[in-house]
Amino acid sequence: MACNSSTCNSSGCYKGYVEEEQPKPNTKAAVNGGNSCQNLCVKCKVNEPVCCGIGGENSRFCKDCFKNNLYGKFKQAVTYNAMITPPDKVLVAFSGGPSSRVVLQFVHEMQYKAQKNYDANKDKSLPVFGVGVAFIDESSTHSFTSQHIEKAIEDIRLIVSNLAPPSKELFVVPIESIFSSDGIDGKERLKELLDAVSDVTGKEDLLSHLRILLLQKIASENGYTRIVLGSCTSRIACHVISATVKGQGYSLSADIQYVDSRWEIPVVLPLRDCPAQELNTLCSLDGSLKIVELLNGPCSGINGLVSSFVKVLQEENPSRECTIVRTAGKLTPFHFNRVPEIHDSNVPSATRRHQKRYTLKPNGSLSSDSFCPICNSPLKKSNFPSSLRSHGSQQNPDLFASACSSCQFQILPKDPSLMEEFLSLLPQQMITKAKHGDQGNFSLLREQIQEFLFSDGENEI
Amino acid sequence: MEADSKPKKSGARLCCVCNQNRAALKRPKTLEQICRECFYAVFEEEIHQVILENQLFKPGERIAIGASGGKDSTVLAYVLSELNRRHNYGLDLFLLSVDEGITGYRDDSLETVKRNELQYGLPLKIVSYKDLYGWTMDEIVKMIGLKNNCTFCGVFRRQALDRGAALLKVDKVATGHNADDIAETVLLNILRGDIARLSRCTSIITGEDGPIPRCKPFKYTYEKEIVMYAYFKKLDYFSTECIYSPNAYRGFAREFIKDLERIRPRAILDIIKSGEDFRISTTTKMPEQGTCERCGYISSQVTDAFTLPDTL
Repeated sequence: MACNSSTCNSSGCYKGYVEEEQPKPNTKAAVNGGNSCQNLCVKCKVNEPVCCGIGGENSRFCKDCFKNNLYGKFKQAVTYNAMITPPDKVLVAFSGGPSSRVVLQFVHEMQYKAQKNYDANKDKSLPVFGVGVAFIDESSTHSFTSQHIEKAIEDIRLIVSNLAPPSKELFVVPIESIFSSDGIDGKERLKELLDAVSDVTGKEDLLSHLRILLLQKIASENGYTRIVLGSCTSRIACHVISATVKGQGYSLSADIQYVDSRWEIPVVLPLRDCPAQELNTLCSLDGSLKIVELLNGPCSGINGLVSSFVKVLQEENPSRECTIVRTAGKLTPFHFNRVPEIHDSNVPSATRRHQKRYTLKPNGSLSSDSFCPICNSPLKKSNFPSSLRSHGSQQNPDLFASACSSCQFQILPKDPSLMEEFLSLLPQQMITKAKHGDQGNFSLLREQIQEFLFSDGENEI
Repeated sequence: MEADSKPKKSGARLCCVCNQNRAALKRPKTLEQICRECFYAVFEEEIHQVILENQLFKPGERIAIGASGGKDSTVLAYVLSELNRRHNYGLDLFLLSVDEGITGYRDDSLETVKRNELQYGLPLKIVSYKDLYGWTMDEIVKMIGLKNNCTFCGVFRRQALDRGAALLKVDKVATGHNADDIAETVLLNILRGDIARLSRCTSIITGEDGPIPRCKPFKYTYEKEIVMYAYFKKLDYFSTECIYSPNAYRGFAREFIKDLERIRPRAILDIIKSGEDFRISTTTKMPEQGTCERCGYISSQVTDAFTLPDTL
């Protein structure tokens, strides 16, 4: 059935169409005339190159040009998508790894430049955006020594305090704080919750959903308007494959855009175009970019398998991750994949015009009002009837019926009798979403008939 | 739920469906313990449901089953003729085989198909490259080597199937593409940036706007289960790879899917579901599928099956 030839070009074969991927990096040195060119940075042609980008021999850079190349990609992502504007307060999620170290550094440098401009400017109309850092301490979910954790946190404090001026607030928050304090020990509850999930992949994914909820909580409680994640091309490529493998093809395009505004505090991914390999190289070149050893264990289950698969592909062709992300980038995003419109008059009108021009036009027919209460992924419209039907018909049907099929399979308990207990262990934010899910459907229906209704009071559901 | 790795208990384990017979196997798709009879029943019933839900056939239609002699097409021929009888689909079934003229491969598998014709009572039509074009693949490879041989073979085979189908005057062609094949293709299209194919590759019926529509009744059937069915039913099939195919990119995806299936069997169906659900805009620029100027059959943008032989 399958064509097994790597050279096949027939139209019946997957290779039939002109391939849209980048060509394999040329291992021969660029023919530029003369040996001297092979020993110069490809960008400035002045300094000696010290490292290679993804393009192999064709992308040998000196340290400065290499860094500027990456910073350029970051800056373009921020500007093009209007990620950060003057009145914003930006919370950088910091895990200690190379990607989050680089994104923190770049955000800091951007802020530092803005501060200098502000100080030099007589007209102080444009404030400098604020930056905070959040580190989520997940030590309660695995067994590192407390010494190890404390040392890591100390290192992080040092890193953040050195990134001043402008100074940045650091939040070190244990993952169990996601549960609002109501007398129950957070650590115990977290352990019970994770133990209630039998699937290894489900456990890992549930933890990452809790992580994002906690970041939202920290940002919201402290007045932050944006959350910056250091997600790089490589991580996104892995997510594309793992979401496909988990049956989440519909919601995939929501997770991989530059901007994700379905949350209360929009989440932005300025390093989307930067491969992990280059970020790692930058950290090893630049001594000031100290990494804190990752405190979380390696992924297992599906996530681990996908990670090794992408690694194998990447070894075969270093531009594979980019191709994966580019392909997935052709999927239609959702209406929430852009920053909310800027109404602030403090923001220069040029920026507002720019944002209007480049943000996606919302496509009403494709918008979806319901989201999975566990992973917040947009649900296909066909899920409407099931949650409406089950509303109020059993004791706690809402959670199962309103969740996406992936969460139904890998996170929620198989045994319906265990559902109520599971519900009691989940953080409040997820429960609220489960209840709101139904009301979301009703409000969508109401919107469609609004013009024919007479008075609000009589027609409240 | 992840695969159970506990050691087998001693003592009889019963089939989970009939609860009477001893379980003979574990279903690769669901890991259920099941006896042979119930396995046959559930295997056949699932395919029957796929045919009904997707309205693959209409009563009175003439259907050509693309028969290579391999396990997929052999099992397809067997099951389709069985279901046709059992559920009165009212179909006229034929076996359609393409002889590319590859010694040591196709000549052996064709013997299998000829035996299938007798075993299943389905009339067989063989269309050969030699008759259609005047060349065999062996001759082509002698001329052009192993570099682009699949280019020619793929275009020719597709045409040959269409021509054979036209000669048989059938309404549709059914092929044995299984769930593993389709999941691999979804992954491959993501890896290779082929958004156009990605939007089409999960369709159970294709080519409706062309000369002969094709359908894939095994779209949700696991390869392992096809093998199991053929094994227990002692069906006659031929299994080797084409001698001209070197190791290829699809191998990466295949390995990965095998590993996936081990820890989560339903992942194969989940990949297909993702493929069906991908939000691909209909206004996305897609390369067009060309048709040959002279005869109207599908051809790639680059090659024309009439001019190819001229270039040889």
